[in-house]
Amino acid sequence: MEIYADNAATTKMSDAAIAVMTDAMKNYYGNPSSLYLKGQRAKEKLEQARLEIADIINAEPREIIFTSGGSEADNQALLTAALLGGKKGKRHVISTAFEHHAILHTLKKLEKNGFEITLLPVHENGIIRLSELEDAMREDTCLVTVMTANNEIGTIQPVSEIGALCRKKGILFHTDAVQAVGHIPIDVKAQSIDMLSASAHKFHGPKGTGFLYCRRGIALSNLIEGGAQERGKRAGTENLPAIMGMAAALRESAEGMEAHNAHKAAVRDHLIRGLSQIPHSALNGDPSERLSGNVNFSFEGIEGESLLILLDRRGICASSGSACTSGSLDPSHVLLSIGRIHDVAHGSLRLTIGEDITLEQADYIIKNVKEVVEYLRSFSPVWRDLMSGKREFILK
Amino acid sequence: MALYSDKVMDHFMNPRNVGIIENADGIGEAGNAKCGDIMKMYLKIDDDVITDVKFETFGCASAIASSSMATELIKGQRVEDAMKLTNKAVAEALDGLPEYKMHCSVLAEEAIEAALKDYQSKKNS
Repeated sequence: MEIYADNAATTKMSDAAIAVMTDAMKNYYGNPSSLYLKGQRAKEKLEQARLEIADIINAEPREIIFTSGGSEADNQALLTAALLGGKKGKRHVISTAFEHHAILHTLKKLEKNGFEITLLPVHENGIIRLSELEDAMREDTCLVTVMTANNEIGTIQPVSEIGALCRKKGILFHTDAVQAVGHIPIDVKAQSIDMLSASAHKFHGPKGTGFLYCRRGIALSNLIEGGAQERGKRAGTENLPAIMGMAAALRESAEGMEAHNAHKAAVRDHLIRGLSQIPHSALNGDPSERLSGNVNFSFEGIEGESLLILLDRRGICASSGSACTSGSLDPSHVLLSIGRIHDVAHGSLRLTIGEDITLEQADYIIKNVKEVVEYLRSFSPVWRDLMSGKREFILK
Repeated sequence: MALYSDKVMDHFMNPRNVGIIENADGIGEAGNAKCGDIMKMYLKIDDDVITDVKFETFGCASAIASSSMATELIKGQRVEDAMKLTNKAVAEALDGLPEYKMHCSVLAEEAIEAALKDYQSKKNS
């Protein structure tokens, strides 16, 4: 059996997106900036994609800027807010401890350039507290950036409430919605979102393409200079096939969203129930305020990379927050941010299921995770110490 | 290219000398405080010759493979020769490890050294 359970890393491309992209590559190869008909036809397709995407998140087409993906959109949003804030002497930014590195590393860069950064705690359930956000807000706060849904533990933040609070205080609000767009409903107007980042390959679109929503009236700063594309805010000939593929994939995801979520949530809860039977294990992140496709567990006494490789041998693709998988020797900052100590973060497993998952596949996952965890524990000196009482269990 | 060599995968999938030795003549443990991996070695020694060796490891595939390979390399060796085991020899015997996984082979060297020292201190006391 082969099960792809790493949809937070990337997703399989939709057939509709592939068809649209093939058509674009064959028939719409003109440069959208050219004035002859072939170029203008391509331009029409580009604007049609923009309109469709804008429509799905309740934005205006001119508020959508196509980028190379979520990371670029995050970088551009933060740089824009920092430049706008800096002009008014506002050099304070609020974010959270468990943002994606595209946010955290950009914030580090801002910090080196004289900005002050406050990272809100996300607590054991992986959700920020609005009162703490309000307390952190200052006269010189120029931006609040909080991800809509976390990429590792899938927890969903109270975006509408954060947006309303920021609007009331006159602070720009950006959200990294890379894991959320195409998976949960987004309405940038109703949720008072000023800027939002999205990435096509997280919702069955192509890699290397995404977009930044930027509310009308906010003067975007460029990361890439050199041309009049995207109203001068992002130079470079547009990747039209990918953009058209993204629009097709998003339309499909939006149309199927409700049915997909109902199905995925049922399978997710089945997986959580099954994996909870493994002794000394725990679910990471809030059990209900999480993406319907996300399951993240810690198993005490084992290490995640070994677990992943053995699961791969049994046909299961998954991911882990273990230090051994990071290349940096540090375990996941997300798991540390929700209070998991190093040892427990070490034995973590993330399963992110897609809408094509079946209950039979979920049972296969449960059976194999159980077997592999038991096997790895059988020769783990940490597990031996836990069982003999030399070391105390953290996960009861 | 795969992350690991075939040898690493072989020793990870079919680790040699897994387990513990009751009443071992030498026991040694090594851990990497940063990554969190822990290795434990058990030695049976007769007349300064390692007649049996077992290991337990909490760690990634390369840590498990390094433990397995290290036990194979010292089994049957004299204590003074086993003392000379280097992490490089372990990594080479595995047809190499990725650069950022070299510390796993260091753990194997350290755990064996600790077990041999434990044996020597018991012998001398």
